[in-house]
Amino acid sequence: MSVPGDLQYTRSHEWVRTEGDVATVGITDHAQDELGDVVFVELPEPGATLAAGDSFGAVESVKAVSDLYAPLGGEVVEVNSALEDSPEKINEDPYGEGWILKLQVSDQTDLLSAADYEKLLEEES
Amino acid sequence: MSEEPLKRTPLHEEHEKAGARLVPFAGYEMPVQYDGPKGGVKAEHEAVRNRAGLFDVSHMGEVVLRGPDAERAVQRLVTRDVSRLETGQAGYAAVCHEGGGTVDDVLVYRNPDDFLIVVNAANREKDVAHFREHTHDLDVEIVDESDDWALLALQGPEAAGILKNFTDADLSGLKYYRYVVGEVDGFYAVISRTGYTGEDGFELYVRPDDAAPLWRRLVDAGATPAGLGARDTLRLEAGMCLYGNELDAETTPLEAGIGFAVHLDKEQEFVGQEALRREEEEGLRKKLVGFKVEGRGIARHGHPVAVDGEAAGTVTSGTQSPTLGEAIGLALVAPGVEDSFEVVIRERPVPARAVPLPFYKREKK
Repeated sequence: MSVPGDLQYTRSHEWVRTEGDVATVGITDHAQDELGDVVFVELPEPGATLAAGDSFGAVESVKAVSDLYAPLGGEVVEVNSALEDSPEKINEDPYGEGWILKLQVSDQTDLLSAADYEKLLEEES
Repeated sequence: MSEEPLKRTPLHEEHEKAGARLVPFAGYEMPVQYDGPKGGVKAEHEAVRNRAGLFDVSHMGEVVLRGPDAERAVQRLVTRDVSRLETGQAGYAAVCHEGGGTVDDVLVYRNPDDFLIVVNAANREKDVAHFREHTHDLDVEIVDESDDWALLALQGPEAAGILKNFTDADLSGLKYYRYVVGEVDGFYAVISRTGYTGEDGFELYVRPDDAAPLWRRLVDAGATPAGLGARDTLRLEAGMCLYGNELDAETTPLEAGIGFAVHLDKEQEFVGQEALRREEEEGLRKKLVGFKVEGRGIARHGHPVAVDGEAAGTVTSGTQSPTLGEAIGLALVAPGVEDSFEVVIRERPVPARAVPLPFYKREKK
């Protein structure tokens, strides 16, 4: 499973790419692989305010539903509406075109480094 | 849940070699889907709809009833009138409690000298206890042969074409819900033209030791290994019930829409007959409907059904239909519910529309 070194991670298998005070969030390669073919993504409305740990939506495959949790607190400034018609982008390119939303970060929390996340995956397997 | 270790089917090694994702199911470790280019729920589903898929369903239970009173016993235990079954024929039926709630849904095979009842894996012990409890006054022997059989389901439009290369049995003369005993690739097999996918296909009852070599031959001949994930989406598109979802002890077969398997007029009384007759006279307490989600979202098992904000039932099964590309589902709803209602997906009411079942019907050749 791919775990890019320049991203940060959560225990609930989201990834975070921070640029200034904007964080882009998606689900990891491991998470999409566990889910299988993604057929639906429930996205929040832009403008919504999330606290770290809030459930903000869901990714569904044919066989399972996985809740999404905000890795950081902040305001949703953009959602990847392309996922509404092409949810399979999450399987095809989880760290790129499969991104889910962008947050204007107001509340930092401790995230896992790539090395820590890889360790977590080893422990879980 | 029991703490007992999970059982494995005789095909366990084949699953591991094929990159199966194994999950606990009814006390067994079963493949939910396979990895690789032909794997994944959608790809396996499409393989069955368009070509041929191969399922390991060895976890299913096989219970044989034999002895002078075997037919009387089966008549008492199941809702179908099995006196109408010919030797070599199978019939779908329900097993009911006295109150009409469902113990299990089963397939009854009439053999020359006995009856075979194929039961859901999760219900096997409960069923055998129920069978014994209601037949102790009869001269019948009830034998749980589940561990003596492996069961492979070869399903899809190319199933017959693949199977005919391995058997001398007359497949073209074998009608739906009929079986023959013969050989497949030299292995003893009960070849049954039945399935749970909405496609033409066969269920092959074979000896446990023969299952793995036969599996390999059928896969080499072009059948795609398919897991429980695809089995569920296929049966749902075909509008078939799953015990634990549409059917349970609180739901009668009439409510679950399988009245075609209930012969209320059969002469010999069956367990639950009086309660079902009464329900038919007085009207159903709830009814099964098929629906499509009209808004965004996928309804799932357990989601509430509402009409104008008022509780009106529960979704029993729901998925994104791989064939239709739409979110479909089954729900048990109050008798008065009309064609439009809402399914409440993660606390969000989403409009849904009742549609006739099945969602998918194969074109008959």
